[in-house]
Amino acid sequence: MNGSAERSRREGSAVEAEGLVKTYPKGVRALDGVGFAVEAGTVFGLLGPNGAGKSTTVKILTTLTLPDEGRALVAGHDVVREPMRVREAIGVVGQKPGIDPDATGRENLRLQGDLYGLPPRVARARADELLERFRLADAARRIVRTYSGGMQRKLDVALGLVHRPEVLFLDEPTTGLDPEARADMWEEIERLAHAEGVTVLLTTHYLEEADRLASRLAIVDRGRIVAAGTPDELKSGLRGDTLVVELAVSVNGRALDAVGRVEGVREASVDGRVLRARADEGARAVPAVLAALEAAGVSVAAATVARPSLDDVYLRHAGRTFGAAEAEDVRR
Amino acid sequence: MRLAIRQTLSLTKRLLLALWRQPWFVAITLVQPMIWLLLFGALFKKVIDIPGYHGGSYLEFLTPGIVIMSALFSAGWNGMSLIDAIDRGVMDRFLVSPVWRGALIACGVLNVAAVIVIQSLVIVAVAFAAGASFSVLAVLMMLALAVLLGAPIAALSSALALVTRQEESLIGAVQFVVLPATFLSSGLMAANLMPGWIRDVARFNPVNWAVTAARAVASAGTDWGLVGEHAALLAAMLLLCGWLATRALRVYQRAV
Repeated sequence: MNGSAERSRREGSAVEAEGLVKTYPKGVRALDGVGFAVEAGTVFGLLGPNGAGKSTTVKILTTLTLPDEGRALVAGHDVVREPMRVREAIGVVGQKPGIDPDATGRENLRLQGDLYGLPPRVARARADELLERFRLADAARRIVRTYSGGMQRKLDVALGLVHRPEVLFLDEPTTGLDPEARADMWEEIERLAHAEGVTVLLTTHYLEEADRLASRLAIVDRGRIVAAGTPDELKSGLRGDTLVVELAVSVNGRALDAVGRVEGVREASVDGRVLRARADEGARAVPAVLAALEAAGVSVAAATVARPSLDDVYLRHAGRTFGAAEAEDVRR
Repeated sequence: MRLAIRQTLSLTKRLLLALWRQPWFVAITLVQPMIWLLLFGALFKKVIDIPGYHGGSYLEFLTPGIVIMSALFSAGWNGMSLIDAIDRGVMDRFLVSPVWRGALIACGVLNVAAVIVIQSLVIVAVAFAAGASFSVLAVLMMLALAVLLGAPIAALSSALALVTRQEESLIGAVQFVVLPATFLSSGLMAANLMPGWIRDVARFNPVNWAVTAARAVASAGTDWGLVGEHAALLAAMLLLCGWLATRALRVYQRAV
């Protein structure tokens, strides 16, 4: 690659999206003005429940579908006007595995090399290298159908790396993986970003995953970005600790009134039998909160204090907890 | 250009390998036309006794018809592999790569062409074994015409697969078209013995263009003018269907 082009890209954004709007035929507005920028060489997380618009965003950025409005640059190229240039620069690991189950692991990788125009000798060497790296060398000649779920996912990621992309899109890379395979995948993603300088755009609905991998993230809800920043910035935007009190029975009004009067406790909300609130010093607030509830005749099953989590960030910006958003999506 | 060819050939290889790994499917693809040939051959043996039927053995009359009919069947199902690729996410992986879009259609057409050539050779071999005889030129021309009909049908099947994205719809469409198209041609019955209205319809039936041309090359005193005309019609149809299939690819991309 051209050295100066490489440098200028490194200094700027690998992905820039602005005002992306996409409406599907049945009038479903999947994206309602999404915009963000991803600094080259970093891991960027798009976090949101299913149906929030993450996958549609990825489809637009990877030239699979066209936006109705807005524009996006990936690796310096416009996704609508120069889709072929974008395709040459990106690797994509979709939500559906893109592997061919009727071919062997090596055949899958060799075909991918051909599609990206690698010279045959390079394509062969690259296939072997990736099989080795993802510990699939022993299974290279086996039909992919016989691979375990974790092995298939690894091959899927390997396919996205064959042509050494500048920008790698990972759409929910660990969904459906067991904890061990998930830990492997996390390590691999970290290695890609830190050792190889690949820009990674990751979508996930696991808060833990976004927290661990992404240096910056954007929270997506109902087709909009509701918050963006580093995980720490987002969390420190919430002052104090999170107080979660499990009530023995659900008694919304009385419990809220009681807790609202305790000094240093803010943003109290009740969802069924779970009461949430924020406090500057959680450990000190707990006895006062419990006493207030006791006095109001509300019995308590359990109480916990935690540092703010991304779930709290989500609650703050989307107006509902992550779990509630997911459940709502299932009902839709 | 060279890259586009390499992409097309690699994608074709993928389809052929997948086919090769389904031995039952391969066996059925090869055995079924033999059954057609021997079954119809026995069933309609007496057709040659009907006044108005010209020429030698019914088997020699029937063989070009079965070659074309089998080509039509094989080509009709081509879209199934695309629906499979769409369902598995393989199609999306191809679409986000810088692959030439035409290669995604052309690979299926080439795959079908290879199947048709092998299938037709088996049919001709069985016909030979049963006592028919054709010149080498006749066999080569029959193969060419079978491919020339199969290619546009394969492209059309791809287009349908991309627009409907559903196995059921494609199966329905293929079954709706394939048998009537065969019977509305002189594939199994001499044209001058068919009812007048079928003969009129058959003039606009691509299957009949291929059958009459294949039969002409297989019989003595070939009317090369007719063969050339029908081959040109089929080639025009291939261009049209190829164009439709690449349009369908765009429809698919808008729908995802």
